[in-house]
Amino acid sequence: MKPRFAMYWAASCGGCEIAVLNIDERVLALDAAFDIAFWPAAMDAKYRDVEALEDGAIWVTLFNGGIRTDENEHMAHLLRRKSRLLVAFGSCANEGCIPGLANLSTRADLLRAAYDGPGSEHPGPARPQTAWDAAEGTLTLPALQPVLRTLDQVVEVDYHVPGCPPESHQIAAVLDLLIAVARGESEAPPKGAVLGAGASTVCDECPRSRDVKRIRALARIQQLPPLDANLCLLEQGLMCAGPATRGGCDARCPRVGAPCIGCYGAAPDVLDQGARLMSAIASVVDADDAEHIDRVLDGLPDPAGTFYRFGLARSLLRAHRAALAAEE
Amino acid sequence: MTAPAFEPVIIGFTCNWCSYRAADLAGTARIEYPPNVRLIRVMCSGRVDPAFVLKALADGADGVLIAGCHPGECHYLEQNYKALRRHRLLLRTLAQLGIEAERVRLAWASAAEGARFAEEVRDMVALLRALGPLRWPARPIPAAHAQATTPTQAAVTEVTT
Ligand code: SF4
Ligand code: SF4
Ligand code: FES
Repeated sequence: MKPRFAMYWAASCGGCEIAVLNIDERVLALDAAFDIAFWPAAMDAKYRDVEALEDGAIWVTLFNGGIRTDENEHMAHLLRRKSRLLVAFGSCANEGCIPGLANLSTRADLLRAAYDGPGSEHPGPARPQTAWDAAEGTLTLPALQPVLRTLDQVVEVDYHVPGCPPESHQIAAVLDLLIAVARGESEAPPKGAVLGAGASTVCDECPRSRDVKRIRALARIQQLPPLDANLCLLEQGLMCAGPATRGGCDARCPRVGAPCIGCYGAAPDVLDQGARLMSAIASVVDADDAEHIDRVLDGLPDPAGTFYRFGLARSLLRAHRAALAAEE
Repeated sequence: MTAPAFEPVIIGFTCNWCSYRAADLAGTARIEYPPNVRLIRVMCSGRVDPAFVLKALADGADGVLIAGCHPGECHYLEQNYKALRRHRLLLRTLAQLGIEAERVRLAWASAAEGARFAEEVRDMVALLRALGPLRWPARPIPAAHAQATTPTQAAVTEVTT
């Protein structure tokens, strides 16, 4: 019998699933090597099918998405129990990613925005209920937790595959490696390894030249004159997350003139992606008195959302104080 | 019985050339200031990475004091200006996470300014007493990391195109 493979999504956008399917015909190798036991995005399966398996019966699970609801948490524990190898796949599972930005708000504020905000069509005040008695019986919904947590803040994780989403060639390489390990043709990487990524920063993969120039202003790309095609974007006044971000994407964004926004997470020696970015910005800004510095920094209207666009949930502080207080 | 008054814990990063000596001078000159600050000597205020500040706050400090040489007097030329820029940026970011500006202070003190250093500490302690504890909730320790003897980043499988 072929070893079993599973892929599951928790609090995520679905892009990781698409990214795996996007490796074209190479996905057939996945199907050839594994028995696909559970993969809701690709085929029909029920939670009870997973529950019915023996513990450890799944050889590997790629888990994408952060842990935001009781259902996410339940599935993280269930798949951990059923899988020999659990892989945190993609930025959400590894550092929270865009869903993790909701950690800047309290749960009450999120629900208010979603249910009372302009996008809501509900006539009166409404909030999701975890249980509701209908004529047909009790309907249930999983509860929203106070903050989003990364997969490894909830269960033990064997490997990490970063990226939002991980790059196709990296996914293919990771799957090749997993297949080789499953067949006993290759040794398993050490537990805790980061797979499908570089060992340095995006800057190290970026072809743009750096002159260690100081910048007078920070702006958004649409506010700037046409950019120099060969010069570092940060030195042209654009906030670029390259200095703090793990490589592996071959500097995909700066190569085409868009700043890196940090999707591969913190670089290997970086404790906190946002802190490293603050340092990087502080080093290039050409202003020495508080007032002038503040004027330059006004060009960066949402520092927390910019520095922690992907890494908030796994950062040192993790969330807004009020959101964390609700967790206790 | 009334609860004991709240005493803030402050982590103080002081530069080797000025503010650490100022703190030392405050001691030898017997200038009194509250014992709430735990000093950590660094070579220069420019050495204080924002991650040091965040880690102190995340791990239980109520406030962080960064003290360096006066503008123009840094022994590594311009590093205290960098400290100033980091501080301005850090305050903006921390505000979005619900952390008050009073909790992270940047101060200048020359080696001769023991009294000034003591005054900065007194002032900060008074402000933090009024603000109350920060008590940042402990981080969940990633299960895998708690076990691993080597840091995650030591085990990178590099895939190159
Ligand atoms: S900061 Fe951005 S543009 Fe500049 S070198 Fe690094 S990745 Fe390239
Ligand atoms: S350049 Fe940055 S944002 Fe773009 S793919 Fe690479 S890590 Fe992600
Ligand atoms: S040496 Fe004191 S601030 Fe740089």
